Amino acid sequence: MSVAPPHTLETTIGLEIHVELATASKMFCGCKVAFGGEPNTRTCPVCLGLPGSLPVVNERAIEYTTRIGVAFNCSIAKRSLFARKNYFYPDMPKNYQITQYELPLATQGHLTLDGESGAVSVGVTRVHLEEDTGGSLHVGGSGRIADSEYSLEDYNRAGTPLVEIVTEPDLHTAEQARLFVAELRAIVEALGVSDVRMEEGSLRVDANISVRRAGEVEHGAKVEVKNMNSIRSVGRALEHEEERQRKALEAGETLVQETRHFDEKTGTTSSLRTKEYAFDYRYFPEPDLVPFEAADEWVEALRASQPELPAERRVRWKQTYGLPPGDVAVLASSKATAAWFEAAALAYGGDAKKIVNWIIADLFGLLNEAGIDLTECKIAPAQLAGLVGLVDDGAISGKQAKEVLGHMFKTGDDAAEVVQDKGLEQESDTAVLDAVVEEVIAENPEAADKVRAGQLNTIGFLVGRVMRKTGGSANPKLVTELLRTKLAG
Amino acid sequence: MGIDRAAVDHVARLARLALDDDERDRMRAELDDILGHAGRIQALDLDGVEPTLHPLPLVNASRPDEITPSLSQSDALRSAPEAEDGRFRVPRIIEDA
Ligand SMILES: [Zn+2]
Repeated sequence: MSVAPPHTLETTIGLEIHVELATASKMFCGCKVAFGGEPNTRTCPVCLGLPGSLPVVNERAIEYTTRIGVAFNCSIAKRSLFARKNYFYPDMPKNYQITQYELPLATQGHLTLDGESGAVSVGVTRVHLEEDTGGSLHVGGSGRIADSEYSLEDYNRAGTPLVEIVTEPDLHTAEQARLFVAELRAIVEALGVSDVRMEEGSLRVDANISVRRAGEVEHGAKVEVKNMNSIRSVGRALEHEEERQRKALEAGETLVQETRHFDEKTGTTSSLRTKEYAFDYRYFPEPDLVPFEAADEWVEALRASQPELPAERRVRWKQTYGLPPGDVAVLASSKATAAWFEAAALAYGGDAKKIVNWIIADLFGLLNEAGIDLTECKIAPAQLAGLVGLVDDGAISGKQAKEVLGHMFKTGDDAAEVVQDKGLEQESDTAVLDAVVEEVIAENPEAADKVRAGQLNTIGFLVGRVMRKTGGSANPKLVTELLRTKLAG
Repeated sequence: MGIDRAAVDHVARLARLALDDDERDRMRAELDDILGHAGRIQALDLDGVEPTLHPLPLVNASRPDEITPSLSQSDALRSAPEAEDGRFRVPRIIEDA
């Protein structure tokens, strides 16, 4: 086999993403949807698959899925249908999963990503609705299925509405895949239809990745990568897997179709070594559920009531606040951050860029240190606006403001209160400052002469002396002005 | 048309049924009859005829998203052959299609 130089290899990635919907009740029964809890305390005859029980569709799950389809520019099926996917695995007590097969709720969508290398349009093959499985604990051996002695099943999650979103193989780098997942997460969050927490499994990503020599018609051996538990992991796992496949091809090796597991710690993927079967799920229309027909008016009403999506928000922010794309990307990445920024910018009313800088440079640092996110922050958006206002008015210096922010972060007090409590207010009384400035000039005659002779950079030294004498409370702008006037040649 | 022993074995495996030789012969004949019947329908010209997915002319049967009481853990596990720590205990999972 000839060895291909690296530049002739190309990568193809497609994603399959599962999103648990944040409905109150399960997909086909009234059991509560929640995370965790005592095992098997949220089950009933329907989600346990007991004989004689019948599923009834949760209408909100249909609405939420349709909203996702609309957000991904899909065509919404006039008629859709549930199907049975038959397989034997104890995480599904019925021995089948109710899903959608031939007639999913939404198909043929697309999403445009603004990547570093320009815009990429990613096809969305389908968006369908199904039910989630329960959770298994494998007991004995290493805790993996293969060498366990038995398994324990908890069906609290079984029957939770789950949306599957499948993309076309239109992604060509790990970074694009990571961006797609980040954008999807932001969209679904903006829609308010899921809490999209990857660490809790309400957003799950599997990827198919193959590398082939450029110009070849056939795709390379498709490798499915699983267990990517954060958006960052998606990037890391696919970068690693792409590199592994490239190296193998460059070394003249043949790649095999397989499923590989990403290890968060090592940053590598390893073969799951399961036997590869052509699964025969024997899909057939679910006899216990009737078709769903989406009336045009209903779809249009949903379309009209969609909340603002991240892409629209980014455009608006650029226009309204004139923010650079980098800042916009950071602030628009989560619904909570976006709402927080908007509230602060509105309360402030001035140059929104200042608010952005305080959030990104200072507030995020404090949040990171405390290990909490913005929703748990004691500082309200209007309080940050208040702090920036005090700096604008010259009541406190920028440096003092950072200290004030630290206190506000701990107590949730207003900036003005903290300033008063800590006696931080800048001395802006000209009469008081005048005396100190005179003293400093008298004590530093050489420096004063330099300034008089036109060496204006020496003013900084004198300002520093004044600040020291006042314990940092003098308004430096005012001090500089006073010095300039007094030492004017 | 016609179903052979290998097809019977495949279907039996998918359905997790252990059939003995007599049962396999009987199933082969019965499945053959069923497929023969389906074959007569397939011979008809059905272009443009919508598949009947449901005998009832019903669509959009749904319920509002409301929580109803669940079973208690002990009730949920009542008919479980084995339970442990509030969970259903099942035999070792052997991955097979
Ligand atoms: Zn239930």
